[in-house]
Amino acid sequence: MMTEANNNIILRSSQVTKRFGGLVAVSEFDFEVPSDSIVSIIGPNGAGKTTYFNCVTGFYAIDEGEISFEGERIDGLSPDHIAHHHISRTYQNIRLFANMTAIENLLVGMEPRLRSHWYGAVLGLPGTKAEEDSAIEEARQLLHFVGLAGKGDLLAKNLPYGDQRRLEIGRAIANQPRLLLLDEPTAGMNPQESADTMHFIRRLRDELGITILLIEHDMRVVMGISERVTVLDYGVKIAEGTPEQIQRNTQVIEAYLGRGAASGLHTATDQV
Amino acid sequence: MDNSSKLDLRQIIRSGLIAGLLTVIVSAIGLVDLFGQRALVANLVTMGQVIIYTPVLLITYLAIREFERHDYGPVILTGALTGIASSVLVAGFILLASSFNLREFLPNVSPATIELLSFGQGASLGSLLQVAAMGTMGLVTALYYMLPDRFQRPLFNAVLWTLVVGLFSEILSNRLRDFFGSAFSRLIFTGKALNGISAAILFLLIGGVTFALGRRDQTIREQIASLPPNQQRIYRIGAVVAGIALLLVLPALLGTYLSEVMNNVGIYILMGLGLNIVVGFAGLLDLGYVAFFAIGAYSMAILTSQGPLGIGGLTFWTALPFSVLMAAIAGVVLGVPVLRMRGDYLAIVTLGFGEIIRILALSDMLKPYIGGAQGVLQIPKPPFLGGALVQPGQFYYIVLAGCLLAWFVSWRLSEARLGRQWMALREDEDVAEAMGIRLVATKLLAFGFGAAFSGLAGALFASKLTSIFPHSFKLEISINVLSLIIIGGMGSLPGVVVGALILVGLPELLREFAEYRLLMYGALLVVMMLAKPEGFWPSAVRRRELHADEQIEGAIQSSLAESGD
Repeated sequence: MMTEANNNIILRSSQVTKRFGGLVAVSEFDFEVPSDSIVSIIGPNGAGKTTYFNCVTGFYAIDEGEISFEGERIDGLSPDHIAHHHISRTYQNIRLFANMTAIENLLVGMEPRLRSHWYGAVLGLPGTKAEEDSAIEEARQLLHFVGLAGKGDLLAKNLPYGDQRRLEIGRAIANQPRLLLLDEPTAGMNPQESADTMHFIRRLRDELGITILLIEHDMRVVMGISERVTVLDYGVKIAEGTPEQIQRNTQVIEAYLGRGAASGLHTATDQV
Repeated sequence: MDNSSKLDLRQIIRSGLIAGLLTVIVSAIGLVDLFGQRALVANLVTMGQVIIYTPVLLITYLAIREFERHDYGPVILTGALTGIASSVLVAGFILLASSFNLREFLPNVSPATIELLSFGQGASLGSLLQVAAMGTMGLVTALYYMLPDRFQRPLFNAVLWTLVVGLFSEILSNRLRDFFGSAFSRLIFTGKALNGISAAILFLLIGGVTFALGRRDQTIREQIASLPPNQQRIYRIGAVVAGIALLLVLPALLGTYLSEVMNNVGIYILMGLGLNIVVGFAGLLDLGYVAFFAIGAYSMAILTSQGPLGIGGLTFWTALPFSVLMAAIAGVVLGVPVLRMRGDYLAIVTLGFGEIIRILALSDMLKPYIGGAQGVLQIPKPPFLGGALVQPGQFYYIVLAGCLLAWFVSWRLSEARLGRQWMALREDEDVAEAMGIRLVATKLLAFGFGAAFSGLAGALFASKLTSIFPHSFKLEISINVLSLIIIGGMGSLPGVVVGALILVGLPELLREFAEYRLLMYGALLVVMMLAKPEGFWPSAVRRRELHADEQIEGAIQSSLAESGD
C-alpha cells in the first residue's frame, strides 16, 4: 500500500501476533508508521489497540512476527531497552508516580539520557552534580512547555486531571523520543480540553519532530489530527488509509461505527 | 448551625460508654494497679490517675468538638454529661468486682485496683465519688475547650510536659545528683516523682514559655524562612553544628546507663536507615531483614574472636569493612531470586530467608564454625588510640559515626538519580521500567545498601556485646525495625530516628512497665495507623522547581491546602 522508501518508515510491524491463551488479541498485524507523521489506531473496546502498544513497548513479548524501529528489530527487548531506543508512551488510565512531585516525574522520564552513578552522588562528584543541575533546569523548561510552570513541586496525585494528562505527556517527551505512543490522550476531557490537547499533540510533532502514534476514541480528535488511520477489530486490521478514506469505508462504518453512528461521524468531522 | 448547638444524648451515651469501657479495660488488665503506686507529682498525681482519666478527657474532648467554642451551654452540659456517662461502666465495674470474685477469670483485677478506683471509700460511696470525679473531668475538658486558643496550647503543653518530667523523675534525679549533688536533686524530686513545688514551677515555666512564643506573629521557622538565602544558610549551618555538638557531648550529659540505651537506639537507627532504603525508598517489603544484621554480627565475631572459633584474629577496624561487605553481598545474593517478586510474595520469601539464617546459625552443621547455640564468645571491644573502648560512653562515638555515615549516604542517594529510581520503582514498577529504569540494578542496589547498613549494625552489636548467640537474631528484630520505620514515617530519615527513640529508647526508660511493652507497642501502631498513617515525621516533599527563597505562587499554596485535608 505504502510506497515510500524504507528509511521514511520509523516503526514497522509485520505479521505481529499476540495470544493470551486461546484468545488472539492481535492477529498478523502489518502496520507502518512514517516518520514525522501522526497516525491513529482506532477500533472498538477489546480490539487489541492497547495490546499492540504493549507489544511495541516491550511489556508483552509477541508470539509471531517482527517489530522494527528505525530499521532495527526491537521485539524481544525489555521495556527499559525500548525506552533507550527513544520510544515513549502514555497510558490509558494515567499512570504517574503519584507520590513524587511533577518535576520528579519529568526527571524520571529523562532516565535513558542520564549517565551518573550512585557513587558520584555519595561522593559529591562535580560531574554528577552538573548532570543533576542541568536535568533539573531542563525539567523546569519542560514544565513550562507542557503548561505546568509553577506546579512543579506539587505531588502528581494532587494535580487536577487535565494537568495529570499533560504531565504524563511531559514525562513521555522528557526522553526526547522519536516515537511517542499516546493511549487515549483525551479520555475524560470535555470538547474544549480535547481541542487543546489536539493542538498540543500537533505541536509535539511540528516543534519537536516527534512521530506520534495514538489510540483514540474521540472521532473529532482522530479525524482532526491524523494523517493516517488504521482500524482494528478483534485484533485484525480491517482498514487503513487517510481519515477521509476511513470515513467512507463501508466495512469500518458497519463493523466499527455501526449504521447509526455513520451519519454522526460526518457531522462530527464537519465541525472540526 | 442549629443542629450542632443541640444536645445529642445518643452521642453522649456512646462517647461515655467508649471512655468507660477503655477505663474498665485498663483496670482489668492490671495497668491501673501497676501504675497506681507510681507517683508523677509526689502526693498529688499518680500514673494510675492519668491512666484512669485519660480516656474520659480524650473522648469528652472529641465529643464536644461537635460544638462551636462559644456555645457555652451545650459545651458545658455535654462535657459534664459525657464524663458522668463514662463513669457508669466504671461504677458498675467497681460494684461488680466488690460483690463477685472477678479474679477467677480476670486475675489482674486486684483489690488494689478496686481500691484505687473507689478512692478507698468502699464500693457504694466509692462509685458515687467516681461518678463525681469523672463528671468533673468532663467539665474540666469543656472548660479547657472554651478557652481561647492562646491559652489552650500553653495549658496543654504545661500539663503534658510536667507529667512527662514526672514520669522520668528517677532518671532525671539521678543525673541531677551526679552533676549538682544530691541536695539539689532532693530539692526538685521526692522519691521517684517531682515534688509539688517543683511541679508548679515547671508547669508555670512551660506554660509561660509556650504562651510567650504563641504571642508572636510568626513562628521561629517562618522568621528564618523570611530571611535572605545567605542568612538562612548561616542559620542552617548553625543548626547542624549545634546538633552535632550536642550529639558529641551527649554521653557526658546522659551518664553510663543512658549512653548504653543510646547505643542500642543507635544500632536500631542504623538498621532502620538500611531498611528505610529497601522499604521506604524502593518499596520492597523485606521481613527477613534481621538476616543481614546476623551476617554482619557473625562476620565480625568470627574475624575478631580470640576464642576457639575466631579465624584471622583481625582487629575491629580491619574486620569492619569485611563484615559490611559480607552483609551487602548477602543482600545482593538474596535479591537475585526475588527480583521478579512483588508485595506479599516478596515479604514471605524474605521472611523465610531471615529464618533460614537464624536456623543455620543454630544448626549442628555449622556448629564447628559459628558455634551453634553456644554462639561465638570473646569478641574484643574495638581498640582506639591504643586502648579498648570499654565504656558505653566511648562506644557511643563509634555508633554515632556509623549512624552519621548511614544518614549521609541515605540522604545523598535520596536526593540523587538512584533515589528517584527507587521512588519510581516503589510507585509503579511497570512504568518505571517503561521509563528506562533497569529494574535489576535498581533493586539489587536497594537490597545491597539496606543489607550493608544492617551488617554494619550487626558488626557493632557483636563487638559491643563481646559475644553473640543465635537467639539474638529473631524475627522480632525485623518486625521492630519495620515498625519503627512505619511509626517514624516511611522514607523519612528523621522519622527513623524518631521511631527508634520511641520504640527502642522509651521502653528502656520505662523498664518498670516492661510487662506491658508489647501491648503498648500494638496500641501505638493501631493508633498511629488510624490517626497519623504517614508517621511522626513524614518525609518532606523536595522542592526542585522553586527554591524556598523564591516567591511561591498562590496556586501551589492553595493546592497544598487542598491536599492537606
